[in-house]
Amino acid sequence: MKNLHVTTTINGDAAEFVCEPDETLLDALRNRLGLTGAKEGCGTGDCGACSVTLNGRLVCSCLVLAAEAEGAEVATIEGMADGDQLHPLQRVFIEKAALQCGVCTPGILVAAKALLEKNPDPSESEIRYWLAGNLCRCTGYDKIIRAVQDAAAEMRSA
Amino acid sequence: MAFDENVKTEFKVVGTRVKRPDGIDKVTGRALYGADFNAPGMLVGRILRSPHAHARIVSIDTSEAEKLPGVKAIVTSADLADPEDDFFRDIRDNCLARDKVLYDGHAVAAVAATSRSAAKAAARAIKIEYEKLPHVTDVDEAMKPDAPVVQAGRSDESVPEGLSENVTSYFEFGHGDLDAGFAKADKIIERSFKTAATHQGYIEPHACLATMGSDGRGDLWCCTQGQYFVRTICSEVCGIEATQLRVTASEIGGGFGGKTTCFIEPVALALSKKSGRPVKIVMSREEVFRATGPTVSSSSDVKIGMTKDGRITAATAKLRYQGGAFPCGTVEFGAQSAFAAYDLEAVRSYGWNVLTNRPKEAAYRAPGAPMAIYAVESVVDELCQELGLDPLDVRLKNAARKGTLASYGPTFNDIGLVATLEAAQAHPHYAAPLGENQARGLSCGFWFNFGGNTCVSLNVNHDGTVGVVEGNPDIGGSRASISMMAAEELGIPYEKVRTVITDTNSLGYNDVTDGSRVTFAVGLATIEAARAAKREMCKRAAQIWGIDEEAVVWEDGAARPSGPNAGEHPPMSLADIAAVMDQTGGPIAGHHEVNADGAGVSFGVHLVDVEVDKETGSTKVLRYTVFQDAGKAVHPDYVEGQMQGGAVQGIGWALNEEYIYGEDGRLQNPGFLDYRVPVASDLPAIEPVILEIPNPGHPYGVRGVGETSIVPPLAAISNAVSRAAGVRMTELPMSPPRVLKALSGG
Amino acid sequence: MKYVKPESLEAAATLLAAEAGTSRILAGGTDVLVQLRSELVEPDLIVDIKHLDGLRDIVEENGGFRIGAGVSGAQMGEHAALCAAWPGVVEGAELIGSTQIQGRCTMVGNLCNGSPAADSVPGMVAAGAVARVHGPDGERDVPVKEIPAGPGKTNLGKGEFITSIFLPARPANASDAYLRFIPRTEMDIAVASAGVNLELAEDGTVSAARVAVGAVAPTVRLVPDAGAALVGSKLDDAAIAAMVSAVEAACSPIDDKRGTVEYRTTTAGVLAKRAAHIAYDRAGGAK
Repeated sequence: MKNLHVTTTINGDAAEFVCEPDETLLDALRNRLGLTGAKEGCGTGDCGACSVTLNGRLVCSCLVLAAEAEGAEVATIEGMADGDQLHPLQRVFIEKAALQCGVCTPGILVAAKALLEKNPDPSESEIRYWLAGNLCRCTGYDKIIRAVQDAAAEMRSA
Repeated sequence: MAFDENVKTEFKVVGTRVKRPDGIDKVTGRALYGADFNAPGMLVGRILRSPHAHARIVSIDTSEAEKLPGVKAIVTSADLADPEDDFFRDIRDNCLARDKVLYDGHAVAAVAATSRSAAKAAARAIKIEYEKLPHVTDVDEAMKPDAPVVQAGRSDESVPEGLSENVTSYFEFGHGDLDAGFAKADKIIERSFKTAATHQGYIEPHACLATMGSDGRGDLWCCTQGQYFVRTICSEVCGIEATQLRVTASEIGGGFGGKTTCFIEPVALALSKKSGRPVKIVMSREEVFRATGPTVSSSSDVKIGMTKDGRITAATAKLRYQGGAFPCGTVEFGAQSAFAAYDLEAVRSYGWNVLTNRPKEAAYRAPGAPMAIYAVESVVDELCQELGLDPLDVRLKNAARKGTLASYGPTFNDIGLVATLEAAQAHPHYAAPLGENQARGLSCGFWFNFGGNTCVSLNVNHDGTVGVVEGNPDIGGSRASISMMAAEELGIPYEKVRTVITDTNSLGYNDVTDGSRVTFAVGLATIEAARAAKREMCKRAAQIWGIDEEAVVWEDGAARPSGPNAGEHPPMSLADIAAVMDQTGGPIAGHHEVNADGAGVSFGVHLVDVEVDKETGSTKVLRYTVFQDAGKAVHPDYVEGQMQGGAVQGIGWALNEEYIYGEDGRLQNPGFLDYRVPVASDLPAIEPVILEIPNPGHPYGVRGVGETSIVPPLAAISNAVSRAAGVRMTELPMSPPRVLKALSGG
Repeated sequence: MKYVKPESLEAAATLLAAEAGTSRILAGGTDVLVQLRSELVEPDLIVDIKHLDGLRDIVEENGGFRIGAGVSGAQMGEHAALCAAWPGVVEGAELIGSTQIQGRCTMVGNLCNGSPAADSVPGMVAAGAVARVHGPDGERDVPVKEIPAGPGKTNLGKGEFITSIFLPARPANASDAYLRFIPRTEMDIAVASAGVNLELAEDGTVSAARVAVGAVAPTVRLVPDAGAALVGSKLDDAAIAAMVSAVEAACSPIDDKRGTVEYRTTTAGVLAKRAAHIAYDRAGGAK
């Protein structure tokens, strides 16, 4: 299996890596680029812990070949804060205790950010359906939903 | 100086909603979990697993695999040690099968190679010859005398004659005259129930990184609920002295009991020893489902007698649990907890533990209790329906309270069951109107809560800050709670305390993060360690002031002269004393080591409204309220989080989650697609109502809150569905095909 | 395994035709990557086609819509005119997987994966959609209902692949709906499903109807008798009962971990009934 060379953009910065042809974007992020914020919970697109955006679309990075990142723009949890300024979602998640073990948190934050960019004022039901692909086993989702609502309200009034 | 012997009730820090110390790491992706740690020269480990439910291993040929490029080590059970104790031998044989494979997914061999693809190729090149054996996966089938025997010779002396060798232990609890009790009943209902095996379903698969030197010293990084126990297991299974193996717990991506034992760590150590290089093993989700967890599946018969006015006169429960291919003790907890919520004159529970060709069960949140209490609370609900009684009135009439002789032996101290029942009765949810095809269900829940071995060191720094060192992985915000209790006791701000979880060589032994023990036991040890540090600080102040140390008290975060010297010297704060500690005798620290007792049992009551679609058998959860006694809620957000999270795991258990085995004994749904944990859109808001009935066994009144919340949902939802559907449901999960079948008359 | 991004449809067809081993087309990748990861399929060749001209576009054509093979479910949901004309087809496509899957999954991939439970297929079959197939011998148009051959199998030839789906023009007073049953609210494979496409006369009677069901046979099945039962009615109880009977008669499902034969059959009828009412209301029908 001949390795491929991929040139891409990650969180706004140019990046290059070498990967096997059947390697996933998730594996490349984690093992080639040291970006371990995206997690592998299932490897089959059923848990959302590996969520990133690819050219602005929310995707499971476990269901993207690393080779497909060629020329693309990838955004991960590591790029969500602006320097030491947390994104409002990140800050409100801490303030409202919207995480317990925290392993699903990066995927949920990336997904929630994508939602609020598309719909700044989602209903509770819209949030629940948008996040249906992000499994959380600790919280029962309740505090996550409240935190997304609170962050959305704060972002709308900013 | 004197310290309060009584439970403290006034707090400054405890009870507030401070920010967790690991928050920023976890929202930025910086927190390091099991699979996130790497070492130079690291190899990829991969485990080869049995495709059979039950088979003798005739031979294992690794010669072709060893020749493949990039392959650095291959291990089998022969590379592991020979522990004396059955308990550790079972863990060893679960990590790598010895003579037989006992379930689909049982590990047989493992390879370490330079890449994932090389490891995959090597695993495929290992040739294993199996001789297939008959298998059994159902608990009732496995108990029959002619059932295939999973492991011979494992029954203990408690097992009655005439049962299959698969029955490994038997338990019985209770008191009173059953015949007399049933004779007094106006109505007796006896029913049989089944519950499916469910998995803990933590989102982070098991992962570890092992380094074993040729000098016999090892380092292990892993996601676990207890690094000390991992060390004990690996020491036994790999033949390493405890002190030579340092185990560091990573951040843990959920456990719920499922990460209290070892599946891959001894294998990674053996591979590292053989290859001379660090080895990382990360399980796939399929491996997690096939070869870790799950909880037991159960079959049970419950018989309860009740008078017309709702008094329970006698009750029995017969519980049969299968815990997979190795002996387990879970049914003991089931038999003990079945009737814990009731004050009964005549009660008996019986439990049988049974071997089957399934993965060895692992602890799952209140292990053993949910399925037993599901069956009991279902029968109580049906009696209420039959006799036309209010189900909360009936629970209150029979509720266990202080002084009740529990069905499993002890006499209860201060407990919160009546308070939670009264809170549920007074809550608007209980009186809210219901629509067509809708109904309300409720259930009580109970868990024992544990204390156990615990060590804490508390170090005072020169700048007036405090470091707390503890040994229990933080699974739901415990570092915040521990820091809060240290700050409370010392009288300093929460922000001045930092709690870290240390490795096995840096602190004495700590039991696993389980049994809802951490906030209780580590909290207790932290408070005692803080008190030790305060005593030392009072001594230093006395020395500076030139007065007797008995004449110094600690109040509001400062040492103050008392008695005749009161007011003679300005108080010295923790920071004041810390700044000059080098001149007064050197470093100041407090320690506490304890095998903590007095955890205090926990009760909860859940109310749920559901709607059943009678055309499809689908159930929608409309409203859910959790009432639970926390003793004292140290950080209310995280107490609520435990109540909500447990409720939702229970909702999954009640409605959709199950291990499905085929005729071939293989697991058919080893993934999150067909093992259906609840998703956000399945659920309503989960409203938590915290009750605080102080636990006399803890200085702040704390009780564990982590487990009780998974117990009531099973019966609460089953009772609601049964009432909405107009037919009594007796099997979990209540998946739509099962409900539709019941609606059409079974 | 080789990963190739060809420069043209012709080049893609040539590569696929020449590959002696197993090959897979990559557009959304949400099925292919799962197969790779679970080691169910280990292709020798992956041909990535979604970058090719036209494959990521939705264009209006002869009053209908041509949807490229690389168009994701999310992209369909964002296309107002498509949603207005074919709400049932769009809701089928939008039910495939999570929000994350929606960012990548395609109707063509869903169709070519060959699952009898594919969510976008009953809607397309009910709509009379036509697939444009590219292959070594050039282009041909094939009705979507003729593409599936059985679980995991299609009737496409060696080197052939689908480049777009065409949804025809709609008369006024026409609409469609798709419903599936899953045990949760999201994230599952359909246990049973139904797509209903209706055209109404001015007085609100059904003038044409197509009913397709999923997950109840080896392939998604068009049920002509079910459609015929609705024609001439305003979905009165008798017409619905006749349609439900026709649907149930057309079901030949399997018993498996997701549902029993009996359950799937009953549920398909229930869903067809409910979808018919939704489509009727959408088409402006008044009972």
